[in-house]
Amino acid sequence: MAQEDRAQGDVLIRVEHLVKQFDGHIVLNDISTEIDRGDVVCVIGPSGSGKSTFLRCLNRLETPDGGHIYVYDDVDGDIRHGIDICDKTTDIDTHRQRMGMVFQQFNLFPHMTIMKNLTIAPMKLQKKTQEEAESYASELLSRVGLSDRASSYPGELSGGQQQRIAIVRALCMRPQIMLFDEPTSALDPEMVGEVLSVMKDLAEEKMTMVVVTHEMGFAREVANRVMFLDGGDFVEEGEPETFFSHPKSDRLKNFLGKVL
Amino acid sequence: MFSAFYDALYLNFVKDDRWHYLTNGLKVTLIVTLFSALMGVVLGFVVAIIRSTYENTGRMKIANKLCGLYLTVIRGTPVVVQLMIIYFVIFASVRIDKTLTAIIAFGINSGAYQAEIFRSGINSVPKGQFEAGRSLGFNYGQTMVHIIMPQAFRVVVPTLCNEYITLLKETSVAGYIALEDLTKGGDIIRSRTYSAFLPLIAVALIYLIMVLALTKLVSVLERRLSRGTRR
Ligand SMILES: Nc1ncnc2c1ncn2[C@@H]1O[C@H](COP(=O)(O)OP(=O)(O)OP(=O)(O)O)[C@@H](O)[C@H]1O
Ligand SMILES: [Mg+2]
Repeated sequence: MAQEDRAQGDVLIRVEHLVKQFDGHIVLNDISTEIDRGDVVCVIGPSGSGKSTFLRCLNRLETPDGGHIYVYDDVDGDIRHGIDICDKTTDIDTHRQRMGMVFQQFNLFPHMTIMKNLTIAPMKLQKKTQEEAESYASELLSRVGLSDRASSYPGELSGGQQQRIAIVRALCMRPQIMLFDEPTSALDPEMVGEVLSVMKDLAEEKMTMVVVTHEMGFAREVANRVMFLDGGDFVEEGEPETFFSHPKSDRLKNFLGKVL
Repeated sequence: MFSAFYDALYLNFVKDDRWHYLTNGLKVTLIVTLFSALMGVVLGFVVAIIRSTYENTGRMKIANKLCGLYLTVIRGTPVVVQLMIIYFVIFASVRIDKTLTAIIAFGINSGAYQAEIFRSGINSVPKGQFEAGRSLGFNYGQTMVHIIMPQAFRVVVPTLCNEYITLLKETSVAGYIALEDLTKGGDIIRSRTYSAFLPLIAVALIYLIMVLALTKLVSVLERRLSRGTRR
């Protein structure tokens, strides 16, 4: 039986004392934080500070070495039961179905058409019929303006288009949270905007999002919370206005001085 | 001059129906190649799955060790020696059919090479594909079946076919256990007629034609597979 924990309010994910190391090199050092339903959290920080590692721990693409990550899934009155995904006995595959992930390198399946990319997971994992899966995929496709590419292969699309498809692929599973790992970093500058605008729409629809990004403008405009990761822990966090305009710690001041 | 050539042809192939040595031999060669390739495909596939499962997840440790041993031994020794050991040592007391022995020997041998081909195919698929599959909620097996294997397969087909071509030629050592394959057939004619040239050239030509046909097939297949998906 997976460990349980209870919470009230809007919390969706609670991270407690998360530790992750690679060959003795500690990357995440006792991190604790909470993500609420509807939050758009942007994670920023210097290269190699562990932003991707943090994000990938949330759906256990990296196995944490210590701590707990509770996901509050089932609504039961006001009290929700959290399931610790760090627990080895937790069925992580079921949880991942409800946690969409978007990668820097898109990672679309090159041997499948776009439509197949979008429908394979809902059909195989959620037992949707082809019609159900395709009709929902088409709806999302038209929302990102790519209806005409349903029968193309990923290799025939531009980077920006591929990343929009990758977002839709995750959304087709109807996730309760979306994780983004530098979704625009591999794109040509002229394509960054189209991807960010899809993400912005998503935020407006109250999707819970955790976004690792170097796009400070996006963080400032869309996030309701920005977190600065450095030296293995969140050094500072806050709502964007104060975070960017009045940083408290020297490390954040220093970092913002370099990137802004 | 011509009549001497015709005489030689007659002596080597027509007299006493000696061409039967070639056709029967060819049949044996094809049977051994086909079934050992099939056996090797199954064996190689299983070994490759075990090896890459171990590499990716750390599971199946003991099975992986056994597979490693199998690959080292088979790829580190000549196929003729393996064939003779299987026939004269392992099956020494139970005299089973020579064709079957050859199929087993070449199947085990080819399995080792095909395992490495499959594994390199699996490894050639970028890690991000695996992670994308897992992040959608596919488990390890589903990710392999739906996402990794179909891509690995496309990469592997040409190399795999080349392995079959090699196998076809390698079965020519089956004569070491007195199996009358194509090569042995030519050799028998040579020993009857005391003329080496025609029978051996005929054997060589038959191998060459088969290899060329298979090579052609591979290139057609390759073009088919590269169509559709473009990276
Ligand atoms: N699989 C791994 N094996 C060993 N070390 C790793 C592995 N993944 C990450 N690391 C190390 O962990 C540290 C944090 O890496 P991570 O990718 O999380 O940083 P990041 O903040 O995402 O950096 P970037 O902005 O460059 O993407 C780095 O020092 C990196 O070298
Ligand atoms: Mg990163």
